[in-house]
Amino acid sequence: MDKTINQKAWFLVLPVFLVVAFSAVLPLMTVVNYSMQDTFGNNQFFWNGVGWFKELLDPSTDLGGRFLASLGRNLFFSLVILAIEVPLGIVVALSMPRQGWTVAACLVILALPLLIPWNVVGTIWQIFGRPDIGLLGYTLNAMGIEYNYVSNDIDAWVTVIVMDVWHWTSLVALLCYAGLKSIPEAYYQAAQIDGASRWAVFKAIQLPKMNRVLLIAVLLRFMDSFMIYTEPFVVTGGGPGNSTTFVSIELVKIALGQFDLGKAAALSLVYNLIILIVCWVFYTVMTNAGVERKAQAEEEPAAERKPAGALQPAPAPALKPKEGVA
Amino acid sequence: MHSIPGRRVIMALFLIFLLLPIYWLVNMSFKTNSEIVSTMTLWPHTPTLQHYRRIFTDESWYSGYINSLEYVVLNTIISISVALPAAYAFSRYRFLGDKHLFFWLLSNRMAPAAVYALPFFNLYSAIGLFDTPWAVALAHCIFNVPLAVWILEGFVSGVPREIDETAFLDGYSFPRFFIKILVPLIASGIGVAAFFCFMFSWVELLLARTLTSVQAKPIAAIMTRTVSAAGMDWGLLAAAGVLTIIPGALVIWFVRNYIARGFALGRV
Repeated sequence: MDKTINQKAWFLVLPVFLVVAFSAVLPLMTVVNYSMQDTFGNNQFFWNGVGWFKELLDPSTDLGGRFLASLGRNLFFSLVILAIEVPLGIVVALSMPRQGWTVAACLVILALPLLIPWNVVGTIWQIFGRPDIGLLGYTLNAMGIEYNYVSNDIDAWVTVIVMDVWHWTSLVALLCYAGLKSIPEAYYQAAQIDGASRWAVFKAIQLPKMNRVLLIAVLLRFMDSFMIYTEPFVVTGGGPGNSTTFVSIELVKIALGQFDLGKAAALSLVYNLIILIVCWVFYTVMTNAGVERKAQAEEEPAAERKPAGALQPAPAPALKPKEGVA
Repeated sequence: MHSIPGRRVIMALFLIFLLLPIYWLVNMSFKTNSEIVSTMTLWPHTPTLQHYRRIFTDESWYSGYINSLEYVVLNTIISISVALPAAYAFSRYRFLGDKHLFFWLLSNRMAPAAVYALPFFNLYSAIGLFDTPWAVALAHCIFNVPLAVWILEGFVSGVPREIDETAFLDGYSFPRFFIKILVPLIASGIGVAAFFCFMFSWVELLLARTLTSVQAKPIAAIMTRTVSAAGMDWGLLAAAGVLTIIPGALVIWFVRNYIARGFALGRV
């Protein structure tokens, strides 16, 4: 579908532009302003140039050491949860019942963790994991496994990771399920005639059909886990020691805890820049996939083709025009 | 052919994994505090409603729910009403800087809330909105408006362009076309977008907590008060937690048939 060039469309976009600019650009300017200054309280500010940025990227200083350590922990955390949640999400999506009331029931239960306020997610796992009153902690200790997420680094890490898997695997599963639903029945029939194995069907039909939604899932999960704050803050408070202090927790500690505005602002900018770069990669890959898909759809409109590796053109418009339009 | 061997077992195990911690929370909320601390019981032996009663009778507790719902609803209305025309523009027209604008919007969805907490505090204090539902509703627009635009754009693109043209030929003005024809056509899309705005505004705490102090404090922030000199009031905390899950569960029920497609941002 070709779009027409129409500069007046700006009027339609203007409200969004104003609302988001008010919430995004003004605060960001404040951050940039603070990041160049130092303060000794009383609203007196001193020019500090790029001093904070130098300190931030130098691991030998206190600020730099803390930032780089939390960044490392955060990257490791993101990789671990991706490695667990993506395969698990695919398996769960493939295990969805096909029809009947169980489909709706499963969907509702799957979506449930996603709609719980993040600090309540933390509270749930706090209550569930405590060795004295929690089912999980009590059972593990009764089985002879020593488990206490408050005092043991590894236990704290395991708790935070299991909590994230509990909270977000459903998102990956629901996305994959949406991808699987769009596969036409004919593909499976063709595979059956060819005598394809279960694994071949997965590799040649289901995985290629899911790759777009999987891309969305991986990038959303990467970015959201990279910004994680509330859940680990409630459960472990960043401890024991600093072992589960992620970048956002460190940032809030500096900004609202110590009120060290300059340092916090510099950290914010670098943090934002990292997110922005990842976001740009996401956007580019997404739009390229869209363009490719369109080109492919135009190239071979009616030609017969094998399902293998094929990215399908978009399914029929979801909303059929209703009668009585004109 | 569609699904894998042992799928019922896998699904059942996963659902149990999801429900077990929630069950434990519900279980705790019906126990007395002495039962929670003294013994490990799998279900409440002396079930009590005292924690719920306290929440529903103490104004400082239940006002938190009202505050939360207030800014969530405000935010959903603002987000959808500004996002609708923009989604139409992005779907139908090319204009100067459209791709950059779209990327800029998307990048705001991804910006960490922790970065904005402090500047928001300054900004909303300066314009006198601090500690009102409006502050939180506007602050949450930063991630909900881009999301709404994104979802709605997918749905608007699903409406054939011929419909626009026919309507204009029939003499519909643009606003009339928009309200009478387009909006009813993408009603389910608006529902999905509203669901997501509701969801992300409901679960967010960092900004909501930073921008309120007394008058507009959300329930999620009030929950931290259960830590007192006498130790944690676990039962009360659990009851408050259970009550925060209910609105979400209700909303899911209404959009259950669109959840999967909505999570793919209308692009499957």
